[in-house]
Amino acid sequence: MTLTVEPPAEAPAVASQPAEAAAPEERPHDILLIAYSGELEKVWALMVLASSAAAMGATCRVFVTFWALQAFVKDERRITGKNWMQKLLALMQRPGLSHRKLSKMNFLGMGPWMIDSLRRQNHVASPKELLEVAQAMGVEFIPCQMTMDMYGLTRDDLIDGMAEPVGAASVIALMQQGSAPLFI
Amino acid sequence: MTTLEIAARVDAKGLACPMPIVKTAQAMKGLASGQLLELLATDPGSTKDLEAWSKSTGNPLVESSVDGAVFRFVLRKK
Repeated sequence: MTLTVEPPAEAPAVASQPAEAAAPEERPHDILLIAYSGELEKVWALMVLASSAAAMGATCRVFVTFWALQAFVKDERRITGKNWMQKLLALMQRPGLSHRKLSKMNFLGMGPWMIDSLRRQNHVASPKELLEVAQAMGVEFIPCQMTMDMYGLTRDDLIDGMAEPVGAASVIALMQQGSAPLFI
Repeated sequence: MTTLEIAARVDAKGLACPMPIVKTAQAMKGLASGQLLELLATDPGSTKDLEAWSKSTGNPLVESSVDGAVFRFVLRKK
């Protein structure tokens, strides 16, 4: 089990001065991003937030489920899945972070191409660059076991460095323990 | 007047959100407590973002200035 959560915030172990003791320093919330969508714009926002959270010094975890998991399949995997329906789905919607489509105005790739050229002009980091930064800074990306089963994905299909797959209960437990959640 | 000794410099000019704070956080890791880091950025959002970063991480923002389109920040490693 990789989802270890530190115990709830406690007052720092500083000798307390009863009369004018400063308020105990509050431990910042852990950040829990729930990645659900697989479209380019949603995955991009996810990567911006994950890398920013890590840069802010927060413990950040990303639970990757449903359509978002498609973005975490290795780019070079063309067909994934074990049965014909899973394989056909992969054929219809190519997995991999570099093959994301816009939810609106995709226009056979014209939309993402235009966005990418604007991105370059404005020196904005790409989803892939941000993912690498987030991973290097310790963001934990946790695949959803149920989604993996549904798509017939193996851990080898997924990008390197992902955590052990878990289920929804682990995610709810993190929320109960005080992680600030965001669903994208 | 004593000039502050800068231990590390980060040039984030031209880079957009969130790279200025990402690069700052990465560079800060290599510093020892009390050392100073200078960041140059052109992202107009970086002023607010650096203040927030400093507050959240507890690394004081020692200096914040602007020269034309370039923002300069000096941060002290806590």
